[in-house]
Amino acid sequence: MTPPLAPDQVRQTVFRLLGEIAPEADLAAVKPDVSFRDQLDIDSIDFLNFVVSLHKQFQIDVPESDYSELATIDGCVRYLERKLAR
Amino acid sequence: MAEFLMPTLGADMTEGTLIAWKKRAGDRVVKGEIIAEVDTDKAAIEVESFHTGLIERLITKPGDRIPVGTVMAIIREEGKPAGKVEVEAKTEMRPLVQVPPSPLRTTILSPAPEPGRLRISPAARQLAAELDIDPSTLQGTGPDGAIVRDDVLRSAQARGKRLEARGEEVVPPLAPRPSPMAEAAGIAADRQSRMRQTIAAAMARSKREIPHYYLSTTIDMSRAMVWLKEENLKRPVTDRLLYGVLLIKAVALALRQVPDVNALWIGNAAVQSPDIHVGVAVSLRQGGLVAPAIHHTDRQSLGELMKRFQDVVKRARAGTLRSSELSDPTITVTSLGEQGVETVFGVIYPPQVALVGFGKIVERPWVVEGQVVSRPVVTASLSADHRVTDGHRGGLFLSAVDRLLQEPVQL
Repeated sequence: MTPPLAPDQVRQTVFRLLGEIAPEADLAAVKPDVSFRDQLDIDSIDFLNFVVSLHKQFQIDVPESDYSELATIDGCVRYLERKLAR
Repeated sequence: MAEFLMPTLGADMTEGTLIAWKKRAGDRVVKGEIIAEVDTDKAAIEVESFHTGLIERLITKPGDRIPVGTVMAIIREEGKPAGKVEVEAKTEMRPLVQVPPSPLRTTILSPAPEPGRLRISPAARQLAAELDIDPSTLQGTGPDGAIVRDDVLRSAQARGKRLEARGEEVVPPLAPRPSPMAEAAGIAADRQSRMRQTIAAAMARSKREIPHYYLSTTIDMSRAMVWLKEENLKRPVTDRLLYGVLLIKAVALALRQVPDVNALWIGNAAVQSPDIHVGVAVSLRQGGLVAPAIHHTDRQSLGELMKRFQDVVKRARAGTLRSSELSDPTITVTSLGEQGVETVFGVIYPPQVALVGFGKIVERPWVVEGQVVSRPVVTASLSADHRVTDGHRGGLFLSAVDRLLQEPVQL
């Protein structure tokens, strides 16, 4: 059984996965409470790849109806913490 | 016998550098198999064979700069007598202008390279060539062991020290050496500039030679979107579909009904293509675009099409496309909906004779049986070559796309 991740680790993982999708992006400049799709020029294929990465990394299912909660970095962290706490 | 020639992979490509042979003399090669890796100004491209047979002779060597059309190898085709060399007609029929990919993400390599392929960034490869260093002797320290520019520089410096110890004159590899950030910015700016020049050449030729006409229609997407939502509920996250794939498939099937727009303008006439290879426009995050083919688009299930779409987008952005993907599109589809655009007035990629554009899906008032209702709609546009088709055929084509999108289960 994998020990639960601390919030900072979840955030770092989100950054890492986004960095793999948009490697040239300056992630340090991303505002965590604003949609990262616009900030990082993430298109729908990139976003789907990001969701697949979350699924593989955290072994969670992410239904399409939850996509809106994943629009910002803060939103992703909140969503993952909630999912991982279950 | 058949000749394997240096292919044309871009409007401004006059030569390419052979990076490596993927086969040896005496090896059997199957049509479509990768036979060589070739570097153009923009990217390393995997070049496929158009013949099945035994490789009789490899004529050019890795590192050679080879003009387009030069014979690089001789292949003894199966079932044909040895001796007579036939120049490959397919090469002559290839589209003359395609926008090649740009390895703008210079440190990013294909995440799943084929076995035996040297993982090296384009910048590192270029520097190694400039410094006359064999990249296969280097130890990579980049992602997944990829060779990056610093690895080449370290090797050059080590070589300098060895030469110094022997009392030989040492030329500094880069003098003065800019900071890594400035260097990376310089390389990116240079590629950006060459990418723009390539697009400029293709688009200027298009507007100079092709009498475009434009049509558009608004398509009710409600049935397609409802179907997609239900379909995605059944699929695991790794197999989910994007609506863009429905649009691509609808275009491919519509081309079966109106094949006139699935053609290439060669010489002084349109040549209808027996196959449907939709080129999908992929924008590169730092500017520019490339439109690789998804081969036999009309024959793919939506699930297969989605996988292939994801794959070409990933490889377009990593600069690891294959030669046939650049040379084979018979039409291009571009979707600018994610940028908030409602209507696309596209410029055709010569020698193709049509381009289909899709805008953003928006909620609009729509009249159904006398009642005004809200519906998600998309504007589909056709830019077509008036030398080849008239508005009537173009209109039939767009109507077919519309009709197909009303029956998503048939796609």
